[in-house]
Amino acid sequence: MQLIALAGNPNVGKSTLFNALTGMNQHTGNWPGKTVELAQGHCRYKGRAYQLVDLPGAYSLVSHSPEEEVAESFLRDGGADCTVAVCDATCLERSLILALQVMELTPHLVVCINLMDEAKRSGISVDIPALERQLGVPVVATSAQEESGLDALMERVRSVCDGYAPLQPNRCGCGIRGENDRRSDAIAAQFVLRAQELAQRSVHHEKSVQSSTTAKLDRFLLNRRSGYGVMLLLLLGIFWLTIEGANYPSAGLQWCFDRLGELLHRGAQALHIPATVAGALLDGVYATAARVVAVMLPPMAIFFPLFTLMEDFGYLPRVAFLMDDRFRRAGACGKQSLTLCMGLGCNAAGVTGCRIIDPRRERLIAVLTNAFVPCNGRFPALIFLITLSFSDGSALLGAGVLTLCLLLSVFMTLAASKLLSRTVLRGEPSSFVLEMPPYRKPRIGQVLVRSVRDRTLFVLGRAVVVAAPAGLVIWLLANIAPNGTPLLQSAAAILDTPGRLLGMNGAILLAFIMGCPANELVLPILMMALTSGSLIGAESTAAMSQILTAAGWSWKESLCTIIFFLFHWPCTTTLLTTFRETKSKKWTLLAAVLPTAFGCVLCAALNLIIFLFT
Amino acid sequence: METTLNLLREGQCAHITSLQMRGAMRRRLMDFGLIEGTHVRCLRESPCGDPVIYCVRGTMLALRKQDSRYIAVEVEECS
Repeated sequence: MQLIALAGNPNVGKSTLFNALTGMNQHTGNWPGKTVELAQGHCRYKGRAYQLVDLPGAYSLVSHSPEEEVAESFLRDGGADCTVAVCDATCLERSLILALQVMELTPHLVVCINLMDEAKRSGISVDIPALERQLGVPVVATSAQEESGLDALMERVRSVCDGYAPLQPNRCGCGIRGENDRRSDAIAAQFVLRAQELAQRSVHHEKSVQSSTTAKLDRFLLNRRSGYGVMLLLLLGIFWLTIEGANYPSAGLQWCFDRLGELLHRGAQALHIPATVAGALLDGVYATAARVVAVMLPPMAIFFPLFTLMEDFGYLPRVAFLMDDRFRRAGACGKQSLTLCMGLGCNAAGVTGCRIIDPRRERLIAVLTNAFVPCNGRFPALIFLITLSFSDGSALLGAGVLTLCLLLSVFMTLAASKLLSRTVLRGEPSSFVLEMPPYRKPRIGQVLVRSVRDRTLFVLGRAVVVAAPAGLVIWLLANIAPNGTPLLQSAAAILDTPGRLLGMNGAILLAFIMGCPANELVLPILMMALTSGSLIGAESTAAMSQILTAAGWSWKESLCTIIFFLFHWPCTTTLLTTFRETKSKKWTLLAAVLPTAFGCVLCAALNLIIFLFT
Repeated sequence: METTLNLLREGQCAHITSLQMRGAMRRRLMDFGLIEGTHVRCLRESPCGDPVIYCVRGTMLALRKQDSRYIAVEVEECS
């Protein structure tokens, strides 16, 4: 099998091309730095099998960000039979710089000019034969998103792999870095000038860049007056759609799970299965998994596609641009907004994504504060608590409260970042460059289908892997009663004093502690603790509300639980990822302690204030 | 007129005369195609005034003022 490497700048559609060629499903997004690890896949062309490696996006092979080192070392010693240097037709001049560097490292090269459709729309045309003559290696035009030009690309790749292509790479032969800084500078400048020359000879502009749609949209979305307002409205809109839209599928799922639960119970009785076994399986495993799915799935399946649409559109780097001032003042990197946004999906993914931040100090700040934003496992629980106590049945009001929660999260992220850069991670913010990609029309159909399906599989997977075993453990704890009191109740009683100090109670605190494998579990565990583990049919949010009301739940508990949901230890997966990324027990411990300390202080203070004024 | 990039106002154009910094940031800027003679156009300040988006070689880059003040430029008419 022959090995093909894909190299290119970030955000030139490399992952889209990779997916189109391999039929795989690697997530793509319209912002630089989405691919942080080597992705591998296979494809067949004319009866031959090829292995494809998608290298992380790099602006250069000379600098020293981790992803650039990965790309460079792979191109040097990865043993690729052919390397495809992917360029962006809309900014060919910039992306040719990297292609020229790749050419210095390997002669077995096909230059792929991607995003031709987008360039055409912006009035840019590229003279492919002219470019091919100048470079001396095969050049192919593609539009990976429309899957056009892929066969031509594979044909050229095949001929390079087999040694048929006439390769006379027009390179300087000077390598990619010099023996000293001065020489390296000269070499770097040479690539830039050569790219400029090539682009001048092969690119033709019809319209000026300023009149483009991107410029018009930026005038509104990044405006001095409307920029922040639009950002808040977009957030509010997404939350509103999530809350309003989740009601119907939630109700449907609950109905299904109720019926299925009854059937299973009847089946267990008919088969004379012992009550203990049936209880453990149905009230423990089934009920917990069902609650996780019914409450968690609908909001996730709505929030995620909407968020992905924004990402596809190219709005996330704009958020980073708008927020950068705050992050600079906190001594952090502006790209932390991007990792923070990834954290909204999953904190573990957010922590891995911190690799887009080069300087170690800023990267650690981003890693340690990622859990300050609520991940998808916490959002549905927050929505449930807000609906229970604060929104008065109005989805819009609920969305408003949720937006406030997120603002508090961002504020605390900044506060924690500032605290870190004043204490253990002292230092001045390092320099960075943030690229603003052009806006792209999101592939609505594809995004909806893919992200709804991916989220559904994700939630169902978690329900089986985490929620079901956890359900069994919790049921056992709720039903094993050595001295007449179930273990769960005794544990809750021990935790009651610290819980009450934080404005919650022992059962809630216990649920948080036991929910550490996954935040989705906190609410189901709480239900189990409050009902002593035997209540089938409590999957519905309405039933859960009743249980809480019966247990003397008030708005104070809701408020403090929401705050603690926002700021407590990250789940085990996130902590393991943090350890993998930092390779340090000390930092991993701090990643758990820091948000917990913030949560405890906030909850205790809030509890005290409520106690004094009511 | 000789000045530094951070002092460019929205809509103004210039070309770079020298990068007055060393190390990683100098490398990084050169990777993005910012070298002596490169034309830049100041597109948009963020609502807080920092960072600022510049158009360089057909792409849009946001730079913080703490970095752009080390880039010496010569102001010129926009073409």
